Amino acid sequence: MTESDILVEVRDLKVHFPIKRGVIFDRTVGHVKAVDGVDLRIARGKTYGLVGESGCGKSTLGRALLQLTPPTSGEVSFDGVELTTLPAGRLRTMRRRMQMIFQDPMSSLDPRQNVESILTEGLQTHGIGGSRDERRKIIGETLDAVGLPRWALSRYPHEFSGGQRQRIGIARALVLGPELIVADEPVSALDVSIQAQVVNLLDELQDSLGLTYLVIAHDLAVVRHISDTIGVMYLGALVEEAPGDRLYTEPLHPYTRALMSAVPVPDPDVEDRRERILLAGDLPSPANPPSGCRFHTRCPWAQPTRCADERPVLREIGASRVACHWAEQIATGELRPHKVSAQITRPAGEGEEPHVVSAPSEPGSYV
Amino acid sequence: MTITTGKKKEKIDRLSELAARDDERGVSLWKEAFRRLRRNPAAIVGAVILGLFLLVAVLGPFFVPYAPDAQLWKGEIRLGDFPGPRAENWFGVDHIGRDEFSRMIVGARQTLLVGVVSTLIGLAVGSLIGGVAGAAAGLGGRWGRAVDNVLMRFIDMLLAMPSLLLAISIAALLGAGLTTVMIAVGVVSVPVFARLLRGSMISQANSDYVLAAVSLGVKKPKIALTHVVPNSLAPVIVQATLTLATAIIEAAALSFLGLGNNDASIPEWGVMLADAQQYLDSAPRLAVLPALAIIVTALGFTLLGEAMREALDPKLRK
Repeated sequence: MTESDILVEVRDLKVHFPIKRGVIFDRTVGHVKAVDGVDLRIARGKTYGLVGESGCGKSTLGRALLQLTPPTSGEVSFDGVELTTLPAGRLRTMRRRMQMIFQDPMSSLDPRQNVESILTEGLQTHGIGGSRDERRKIIGETLDAVGLPRWALSRYPHEFSGGQRQRIGIARALVLGPELIVADEPVSALDVSIQAQVVNLLDELQDSLGLTYLVIAHDLAVVRHISDTIGVMYLGALVEEAPGDRLYTEPLHPYTRALMSAVPVPDPDVEDRRERILLAGDLPSPANPPSGCRFHTRCPWAQPTRCADERPVLREIGASRVACHWAEQIATGELRPHKVSAQITRPAGEGEEPHVVSAPSEPGSYV
Repeated sequence: MTITTGKKKEKIDRLSELAARDDERGVSLWKEAFRRLRRNPAAIVGAVILGLFLLVAVLGPFFVPYAPDAQLWKGEIRLGDFPGPRAENWFGVDHIGRDEFSRMIVGARQTLLVGVVSTLIGLAVGSLIGGVAGAAAGLGGRWGRAVDNVLMRFIDMLLAMPSLLLAISIAALLGAGLTTVMIAVGVVSVPVFARLLRGSMISQANSDYVLAAVSLGVKKPKIALTHVVPNSLAPVIVQATLTLATAIIEAAALSFLGLGNNDASIPEWGVMLADAQQYLDSAPRLAVLPALAIIVTALGFTLLGEAMREALDPKLRK
């Protein structure tokens, strides 16, 4: 990848939300580290898929990338322009080039705007299309592109089905002619039959318009289908990044292995024999993340040395980037998984000292 | 941007023909709410009561048989015995020989005036404070939250005082009179409107379509005015209808306490109620009639308000 191929580059991005206490004079008692040091690059015209369980910070990362949530620190460069330090006025102009598609097509459309008004708003804001006729022409072309009929223009969002509403959301993003689209769970609110339609639509649009996507999802199949590169997030940081299929065939990070082992295989014999890794416990609180490797509290491969006190950085192993101290040894089978018991950690500053409660794990909660 | 294949286009054309049946235009949420309102029997009853009330209040005073302050039957007043309902006085005569029917009709106009004006005062001032606070808290970032904090603590102070007590204090400060009643009753409803609009705006400001507008590059003040405010108005409109009912009752209460209109030539239901209490055993109708009028009017506003709440509630949308 040469420099000019990169559309978006994120360096050490952090988004920390303060936890406030008090009625009038609020004081900050801690931070929720939603995104805690993410580096990634998205190539022009490609799709970067971001997966991870709920609460791992993938949506926050997407919003911080578009400067919809102000990042705490770090850099986001879009086509060579640094966004985090850009003055508000220039940032607004830049927004034309980067758009967002939302998860819930109902709540992301203003219920009191008809489709024409929804699509015109962006055009007016950026002064695209001088006359009303010109705008109508652009809007008409966009409707064709997303497969919506012309009569949709005078209708309101509540008169459409879920799939059609998502098409309106896509049209709103497309109408400005953006280069980057951040799609935050674009299909998870839709029926499975409609999901395929919308995923295919996104695919077609990428081919015809040369769009760059950052697709955020928790559905591994959807991400696999459309992504060129996939990043796996855990507790605010990337744990592994690999080219599409490689992540599925050869997961290197223990967390990715656990994720992949949860995907059912459409072959009963393989399905019966395949190895399943069930993770014990819940995602630790991002207000009080574990020391060292964020995953060591739930990792079946965790080692007494390094894991608990040294935070692994992403390092290149083959075509992948992995944040695990023992990735090679795990891959060769030198290290074997062991039993893990669930731990409950409280956020710091909540009553007594954070302590650990161990709960007996059920038999078969590992391997 | 034309990637639609011929086949897809055909399908779309077919769909558009199917859908272009009778209604060419989409149905906005307000229209749909109104449609739902018309089907609700409570709304119809409320609307009929209010329609009659409006008719009487606006046109009635032009057709009253006697001047409301003319003591035409003074001669017939005996101690504790007033002429009751009869052909020339449908509701009888009051304690100083005035026609009760004429006074009730003219009183309707006063009641409507006090109710509407005081609600408008509360609505205007409350929405202004609540709107500024809501926009500041929802979209204004750190400084916005500070502005919101100052405004809302002031509103909390108003809210902390019992409403009637607050109204009495204001009325006592400004001196008795019709304007006083309107201002006092209006001020009492300010915190309700302010908190309602603010809360509604904050919840709307956190919704995805506001985020979408930000990502389109729309400026914050424009987002507040074109997206947040219109979507936050429904509960405020419902509250305004319900406040009309309480405003009428509160205005009557102030008049009853002698802080209201002191001009005897302009009758008012609250004052009539206050005057009648001395003659409760000899002529109970003098108290019952204005009380009944107040109750029925307030009921009309409440019925319509509750029906509007149901019609505008997004959860009940089908």
